[in-house]
Amino acid sequence: MSDEAKAQSIEEKQYLLRFNADTKSHLTVLDAEVCMTSCPDKICTIFCPAEVYKWEEIRMHVGYEGCHECGSCRIGCPHQNIKWEYPKGGHGIVFRLG
Amino acid sequence: MPEKFDCIVVGAGPAGIACAYELAKAGVKVLLLERGEYPGSKNVMGGVLYRQMMEDVIPEFYKDAPVERPIVEQRFMMMDKESAITFGYKGLEWAREPYNNFTVLRAKFDQWFAGKAVEQGALLINETVVLSCIVENGKVVGVQTDRPDGQLYADVVVLADGVNSLLAKSLGFHKEFKPDEVALATMEILKLDKKVIEDRFNLEEGQGCTIELFGDATKGILGTGFLYTNKDTLSLGVGTLLSGMIKHKLKPHHLLDYVKNHPMVRPYVQGAEPQEYLAHLIPEGGYHSMPKVVGEGVLVVGDAAQLVNAIHREGSNMAMTSGRLAAAAIVEAKAAGDFSEAFLDRYRKELMAGFVGQDLKKYKDSTHHFDKFPQYFEQYIPMMNRAMSQMFTVDGTSKREKQKKIWRDLGSAKEKVKIARDMYRAWKVMK
Repeated sequence: MSDEAKAQSIEEKQYLLRFNADTKSHLTVLDAEVCMTSCPDKICTIFCPAEVYKWEEIRMHVGYEGCHECGSCRIGCPHQNIKWEYPKGGHGIVFRLG
Repeated sequence: MPEKFDCIVVGAGPAGIACAYELAKAGVKVLLLERGEYPGSKNVMGGVLYRQMMEDVIPEFYKDAPVERPIVEQRFMMMDKESAITFGYKGLEWAREPYNNFTVLRAKFDQWFAGKAVEQGALLINETVVLSCIVENGKVVGVQTDRPDGQLYADVVVLADGVNSLLAKSLGFHKEFKPDEVALATMEILKLDKKVIEDRFNLEEGQGCTIELFGDATKGILGTGFLYTNKDTLSLGVGTLLSGMIKHKLKPHHLLDYVKNHPMVRPYVQGAEPQEYLAHLIPEGGYHSMPKVVGEGVLVVGDAAQLVNAIHREGSNMAMTSGRLAAAAIVEAKAAGDFSEAFLDRYRKELMAGFVGQDLKKYKDSTHHFDKFPQYFEQYIPMMNRAMSQMFTVDGTSKREKQKKIWRDLGSAKEKVKIARDMYRAWKVMK
């Protein structure tokens, strides 16, 4: 099959979107120590649909600029360690279609 | 002195807009607040909008609204790795007025719908987040927004702030949801020529088709995939309970790509150009997860009230009906000058007496049941596929011999009893 649909990377998917990022994150890891010591799976880095969360050896990097504002991380964090707010009015993701 | 409204509706989705529209039409001074750049810019759904409940608000809306295609066929695919059992219904009574449902793209549709509410006299303010409800003497009297001097006051506040409903939570109407009460869905909008869509889905010009995908679409995890036809795009999506994603350590966008490349799906979507990628939560806890929906000076509608029938992928219809019923209660409350919980409770009663409450009650144990017993999706769908394959493969074996083999393949007597018990249980939670 010549035009078989190829798997797209998350970067390619995210590239399709428009964001009006705020200068300040609406997602906050409450206690960095919890991620480091009590959370071997760091499951937010798996289930976040935009891969906002990335573990960088000793800390959780939160790429809030690409967030879809779905709420999964707040509900799915096994330690309730994510403070989740809405971005400032008019900021964040801007869906054009779906 | 801050301005005072009769009613403030928080969130411009189908529930909030329907509510604001009805209120404005009845001459109530209503403010509709939206946190996005425009209504729809934060809103996601698979794409099926139900005609009846929308017409309850705006008759013959489809003549004017940006709908994509009227759905004339609904198919279901029970998928294994490289096979599927397909069934469905196609009826041309759905191809003409009054129609059954339409696909829509929410960013376009919600903007149009909100515009209609504004025409009726509602005041719409975008780019405004409501941070909290203002509560005085146990009664909600307004909202605190993220704008400078952002207090706004009203006799009654309607929370239409969607699945996460931080506002209902902050009022103590519900606890934080658990990962098995919400589904995480991702979707892609894929551009494809109109004519190609009609050829691939066996449609006349302008008609639409929906396909729901079960089984291997979610790798056997409780959830569904879907493939819907829009005018010149397809909406392809997949979701499972968030708890399922966590348990199976699954990346949502990997699952979406898996569905897109599934041999039963690929022929429909190949060559289509991705236009947008979207993720959203769907409230799937049903009846048991419903929050308190009425308080002193406050009502909760739509996804914020967890009004979704996951079994029938209905939600926008429940949202619009809840918004309309909330508006009706508010109009009566205004006439009576009474915005107490006791008076507003007529909204809850109406809601629960109608199809919304009845359907939520009917399926109240279904999500939990299929989540607790994963064998339906993991084992029984592949088993059905194997049985069909055996029965329809002509290889010189007699049909009776084939039936015997299918029966043997179900397993030991004990396993057969288990299957029978599971079928009975499934019937019980669905009946």
